[in-house]
Amino acid sequence: MEQYEVTFAGFGGQGIMTAGQLLAYSGIKEGKQVAWMPSYGPEMRGGTAYCTVVISDKRIGSPVVTNPKCICVFNRPSFDKFGPIVKPGGLFIVNSSLINVVSDRKDFTQFLVPGNEMALMAGNAKATNVVILGAFVGASNVVKLETVTETLKEKLGKKKDMLELNLRVLKEGYDLALETLGQKDSV
Amino acid sequence: MKGNEAIAEAAIRAGAEGYFCYPITPQSEVAEYLTKRMPEVGGVFLQGESEVAVGNMLFGAASTGKRVFTTSSSPGISLMQESISYMAGAHLPAVLVNIMRGGPGLGGILPAQSDYFQAVKGGGHGDYRLLVLAPSTVQEAVDLMMLSFDLADKYRNPVMMIGDGMIGQMMEAVEFPEEKEIKRNNPDESDWAVNGAKDRKPRIIKSLFLDPHQLEDNSWLLDDKYEQMKREEVRYELYKVNAKNKLLIVSYGTMARICQTVIDELESEGISVGLFRPITLYPYPMKELKKEAVKKNIKTVLTVEMSTAQMLEDVERSILGKKQIEFFGRTGGIVPTPDEVKSKVLELIKPKKKAKTSEKKKRGKNVK
Repeated sequence: MEQYEVTFAGFGGQGIMTAGQLLAYSGIKEGKQVAWMPSYGPEMRGGTAYCTVVISDKRIGSPVVTNPKCICVFNRPSFDKFGPIVKPGGLFIVNSSLINVVSDRKDFTQFLVPGNEMALMAGNAKATNVVILGAFVGASNVVKLETVTETLKEKLGKKKDMLELNLRVLKEGYDLALETLGQKDSV
Repeated sequence: MKGNEAIAEAAIRAGAEGYFCYPITPQSEVAEYLTKRMPEVGGVFLQGESEVAVGNMLFGAASTGKRVFTTSSSPGISLMQESISYMAGAHLPAVLVNIMRGGPGLGGILPAQSDYFQAVKGGGHGDYRLLVLAPSTVQEAVDLMMLSFDLADKYRNPVMMIGDGMIGQMMEAVEFPEEKEIKRNNPDESDWAVNGAKDRKPRIIKSLFLDPHQLEDNSWLLDDKYEQMKREEVRYELYKVNAKNKLLIVSYGTMARICQTVIDELESEGISVGLFRPITLYPYPMKELKKEAVKKNIKTVLTVEMSTAQMLEDVERSILGKKQIEFFGRTGGIVPTPDEVKSKVLELIKPKKKAKTSEKKKRGKNVK
């Protein structure tokens, strides 16, 4: 597998870091090289938060990525900030529940996911990050759905209700990706 | 594991029994992790009232022969310099970690490598050196952290591991070595630790020698240790260094990884560049760097740092004017992107008629 980079971006509190960590743990579980790099700085509540995950079969060089292959944006400020830097030919996942515009770039795949609505329908808007993660996994195939399921079980094993809900929305996000973008073999 | 947590766990695995700290971004997770972990292994976790206090706690605890350490970030490390100098003078083993942020002064909280001089050339007073290690991955931070305790014991000298904020904040997979048997002499049996003078003569640990001859002797004794370090502890890594290289990059820590990405990209475009990454910053791999740098195929040596050129001085000292040496750096918390480094390399390899040098900080030195 070529190196794959994905950035998750949104408000502090939207589970951005967690989404990236779940992906990172899943990558490690599949025996891949992984680097998870958070944005850290003088941030404030309601400010922007983002993290980048690099997954590769080979030794990872820079954990800092100028143009990631995929960016998942959870809110409007992130849409504006990160839309222009997705690598040409890459993937731009937009949480359309909170972002009511679309990018006019034509050189990448834009994938709209109503993350908050899907999570809310399932019973808890806090699971938006897992919806988006599911959609990312479905769209990119960087890790297997089963691996992320395993990771969630490990992390949420004790909280049965939360686990059940998260597994459901993960699958829903994943399925939406397959429906919208079609089945892909690999990245 | 997050770099900061990995560093904390590595210290526990290395048998650390005392941790003294004062919180500061970007390394506070070390303390957070150890509040839970240190009591589990029966060690001491103590948050001091300031970094000055922490430095002195470290001095006191190190005197008992126990494995002790602290972690901090740039301004905090500055406050500890007095104790560091005292510990070196009194031949005490201790490990310090500096997760560097932008400076000088209070600076900022974003990653930087601008404490190179302080760590390598001595931030405190007197004829002393620290053994300085610089990891570039979280795994290496674990390995070097464990090694630091062994080296501190071996030389009875403070050892400092420096990483930039990224090393602390980044999460990567790490493997801890099998529960290693801690190879160290029991401090109770050592001939220097102050751990109760029952049935023996009291010992004194001090760095005060009013008789200048004694002080000179102590300084030469220290110097002997540093000479031994130069012989035995030099560590570095070569990345894609070969006879096709046109240019050699010298870089350390996370910055070196960014350079690796640049080297990989350039390789795919048919341009061969190698990387020399010092792992020990003191003792600096001078001979080894010189050996690689003077090779015929190398036209230019490029030093890349997250500072306004500090390690550059050691690179120049190593190569002694035998090659053209250039510098590229960003500082203040700005991490250079691979693209920036790449365009600097391309500018040097394929020189345009007159490149503008004024736009950004591009300090070029032509050494003849």
